[in-house]
Amino acid sequence: MDRKDWPLFEIFIRPKNGLSHKHVGSLHAADARMALDNARDVYTRRGEGVSIWAVPASSIAASDPSEKASLFDPADDKVYRHPTFYDIPADVKNI
Amino acid sequence: MYTQGLDAKTEQSAQPSPRLVTEQEAALQGRFQERVDAEEKIEPRDWMPEGYRRTLVRQISQHAHSEIVGMLPEGNWITRAPTLRRKVALLAKVQDEGGHGLYLYSAAETLGVSRDELVGQLLSGKAKYSSIFNYPTPTWADIGAIGWLVDGAAIMNQVPLCRCSYGPYARAMVRICREESFHQRQGYELMLALAQGTAEQKRMAQDALNRWWWPSLMMFGPSDDQSAHSAQNMAWKIKRFSNDELRQRFVDATVPQAEFLGLTIPDPELRFNAETGHYEFGAIDWTEFNEILKGNGPCNRERIEARRKAWDDGAWVREAAVAHAAKRKQRAMKKAG
Repeated sequence: MDRKDWPLFEIFIRPKNGLSHKHVGSLHAADARMALDNARDVYTRRGEGVSIWAVPASSIAASDPSEKASLFDPADDKVYRHPTFYDIPADVKNI
Repeated sequence: MYTQGLDAKTEQSAQPSPRLVTEQEAALQGRFQERVDAEEKIEPRDWMPEGYRRTLVRQISQHAHSEIVGMLPEGNWITRAPTLRRKVALLAKVQDEGGHGLYLYSAAETLGVSRDELVGQLLSGKAKYSSIFNYPTPTWADIGAIGWLVDGAAIMNQVPLCRCSYGPYARAMVRICREESFHQRQGYELMLALAQGTAEQKRMAQDALNRWWWPSLMMFGPSDDQSAHSAQNMAWKIKRFSNDELRQRFVDATVPQAEFLGLTIPDPELRFNAETGHYEFGAIDWTEFNEILKGNGPCNRERIEARRKAWDDGAWVREAAVAHAAKRKQRAMKKAG
């Protein structure tokens, strides 16, 4: 493997316990351990996180934006999935 | 640190592609423009016009190169900073610039170019980077002037880029702007210390202002009537304000700061117009700017040589990282049996 083949890692950071890891960017590294070290130096220079995930970009399966309509449209007409679909008299409280 | 309108009208890339636009493509372009007009962000795998992609690759990579080359003039003073406080600040700032370069290269890579391709363009001298980094830093006051003026101009330019239509670029800019604000403040504080110091220190501060003022104004790029891509980039919402608009804002913000320092802006034509509420300033010497872009600035050669040397001297580190990764993998496999 030469330098050109350093894989791309996507970096996720948990800002503090109780919150989810969030995507912050990416970097190249020879392996996952070095990706974590580099992510520490690049993405947490000011106390931005308490935990880092480095995920090989090649391991991420992504939906195709051109299929956005067929993927997500089915949810658009299902208003009955939302609480506002149901009529409750104003006199009824705590619901 | 900074992005700049580097594209003069004569540049080849400004010529439209001769290819005919098909009906289907026209429809895609129309939909794309509607999304941009509605302030929707464009993400890497979305359809985009080829010109949009090309413009972004050029702008983001030039911006990344500027961050990396921008480490050099300041790096010059790390070992000679007058106090430990100044030294840690300068180290942190230069380290930030390296990080900013990385965020931006990553954003450019989402558009389908490789990191090595981009670095190769910088090292071969093909790629452009901000004109400002081709000036030397002979005195300590230059470090103050860079933080105050160069980073100040950069912030003025970069804040609107946080709303750029291309998602990865906009997100990188949010991070960069957040980190950049300490850069300008440490520079101004440094200038303040010199301006309030001995007569010799004050002279040094004035000398630095004299040398950095005009190059800082040039950082905003050619005047609007000379700028190659302005209208299209505005329509694509890559750019939000024109070069001249941003330059005016910078002058308006900076002149009072210079007055507070007790320093004089080196422009005899500078005056406040009470009617418009803006400062009017003298004509910019664009010959100097164009010469620097052509590679004839005071430090162009030195900067690229320094980058090439760093790349060559770092070869063994890149090789060692690969060897180490291979060994670690082998060991893990053996252990798993």
